[in-house]
Amino acid sequence: MIRNLPSVACSLALAATLAAQDTIKIGEYASLTGKEAAYGDTSHKGIVLAIEELNTHGGVLHQKLELLTEDNQSKQGESATVVKKLISRDHVVALLGEVASIRSLEAAPVIQNAKLPMVSSASVNSKVTEAGDYIFRVCFVDSFQGVVLAKFVQESLKVRRVAILTSVNSAYSVGMTRVFKERFLADGGTVTAEQKYSEGDKDFRAQLTAIKAAGADAIFASGYYTEAALICRQARALGLTLPVFGGDGWDAPALLEIGGAAMEGTYFSTHYSPDNPSAEVQNFNQRYKARWGEVPDAWAALGYDSAFVLADAMKRAGSTEPAKVRDALAATKDFPAVTGHITMDAHRNPSKSAVILTIKDGKYKFVSSVAP
Amino acid sequence: MTEFLQQLLNGISLGAIFALIALGYTMVYGVLRFINFAHSDVFMVGAFVGYYIGRHVPEHTLWGGFLALAGAMAVCALLGVIIERLAYRRLRGSPTLNVLITAIGVSLLLENLGQFFFGATPRPFPELFPVTTFIVGGVYVSSNQLVVIGVTLGLLLALEFIVHRTKIGTAMRAVSLNPKAASLVGINIDVVISFTFALGSALAAAGGILYALNYPSIDPLMGVLPGLKAFVAAVLGGIGNIPGAALGGLLLGIVETFVNGSADWSSYKDAIAFAALIIILLFRPAGLLGRFTTEKV
Repeated sequence: MIRNLPSVACSLALAATLAAQDTIKIGEYASLTGKEAAYGDTSHKGIVLAIEELNTHGGVLHQKLELLTEDNQSKQGESATVVKKLISRDHVVALLGEVASIRSLEAAPVIQNAKLPMVSSASVNSKVTEAGDYIFRVCFVDSFQGVVLAKFVQESLKVRRVAILTSVNSAYSVGMTRVFKERFLADGGTVTAEQKYSEGDKDFRAQLTAIKAAGADAIFASGYYTEAALICRQARALGLTLPVFGGDGWDAPALLEIGGAAMEGTYFSTHYSPDNPSAEVQNFNQRYKARWGEVPDAWAALGYDSAFVLADAMKRAGSTEPAKVRDALAATKDFPAVTGHITMDAHRNPSKSAVILTIKDGKYKFVSSVAP
Repeated sequence: MTEFLQQLLNGISLGAIFALIALGYTMVYGVLRFINFAHSDVFMVGAFVGYYIGRHVPEHTLWGGFLALAGAMAVCALLGVIIERLAYRRLRGSPTLNVLITAIGVSLLLENLGQFFFGATPRPFPELFPVTTFIVGGVYVSSNQLVVIGVTLGLLLALEFIVHRTKIGTAMRAVSLNPKAASLVGINIDVVISFTFALGSALAAAGGILYALNYPSIDPLMGVLPGLKAFVAAVLGGIGNIPGAALGGLLLGIVETFVNGSADWSSYKDAIAFAALIIILLFRPAGLLGRFTTEKV
């Protein structure tokens, strides 16, 4: 919460100074507090940076942008409520959010009904954009990420037998497991154990003991970093030294802080690596660091991109009328975003490459980049 | 067989923590006849106090670990007394529902204050005690699991001793039996109730630290789930009954672990735990060790 105060205060200040003029109101719903706050916080910072940069360069269509942010506290049921508030009381013309798939899934139907464009920064669950033709995202989808992971562990790690740990009440984790398993089995691998847990669980010894008894070459922990870090620690404490891997839900500084030495030799796929030498990434790193005093993570980069993709669509549409912005969003082609060039496909998903990182000597290390 | 023994150990160490929290619920209930829902948040505060102390004492030392444990227990004992003094004392004698709602209010207050001061992002908890892993016949035993089981057992015995062998314990039992009669024979009820809260909250703090040692990621909402489970454990064992709370906690921990370890049933672990509760209460309405009249703490 404290960490978020400056950013919230800043967007409020931004709102206050600009409210006098005619502004373009953009709504953002995010997990600024609660379990997924680590993602929501940096994604929000990326969006704020984007809006500030757009405004210093004259705004969009000669109007300043005004960002209205609502916190859903990482709670179920809150996203729909705050989104309704943004639409009916604040009259926003477009919405940005959310990182966690389950909350995008909750808000998307509401936004689709209101016929407003929404751009999600990092919800990878395939179903998110299926909510309707107004819902877009700037990240790759889980079906792509699951395939990337399945190929990577089979080809690079030579893993044939895998055990899977899924968080049953996370749309993200369930989706990742489904796609990974399909591909992994199709390529001739076997799944020796499939264990489940619920969000907020901290004890995984029971599941890991069962996995140990079943035997496997690697463990796929398809949930978020909060659980993944504890899973790795408890696996090591039970004498399981095999590699553990996961998806972009692992990408948070807290993964290393909580997991510590247990994270050595684990792998995950994600959207972006700050070590990428490309000029776009390094430029963004510098501006983000100057504004927030920290190195941007994937969520910051995706948040930043989501705001720019939306602004670009408004410019091309020459209007903020939702239907026109929607058409312009759908026609997004080769937009040079920080996380890679974005071209929207017919299902409103961009096709982008993923990177695979490993943890070595307590640091992230770039392994490979996988193009779609 | 190895798998079975490993799961049994996992279950016992999880259950020991449930038991420790359940003791706090049961003590307050025994004396005041109300459920202190803020208990699970005192548990969280205990973990955070341990976190801050842990940053100033060297990791992996016995004295550092016990210092953090004692410090957190002292701070939370004080917190418990303050909560009782400010929130519950004025409501003494009013309908139990009022106190219950107040307790939920205090719980929400602590959770939100926690999010405000500590931030909502999970933090890593330091390794306070020396950590080693023993391998006994293929079963991996972490020293933290042994610390949990040992501390719980020690505190349980200390509690039994306080309640049954000391003057203040006798006074607690007297207040529990009949507050009016107790005050007529010269027992200062306020002191007894403050003491009960101090003791219960200190147990919650110990539970918080032990939980954080085993699951080293702490956040302001970490108390909600274990608090609920511990409450169930207290009811399962017979609320108001000290050995009952310990038994209920152990039982719940073991059942949950075995259900979790089975591939087909793990999605239903909470449903199974609560179904067990309902079935036991159908046959023994007062809980496993609960009796309707005698020996309420």
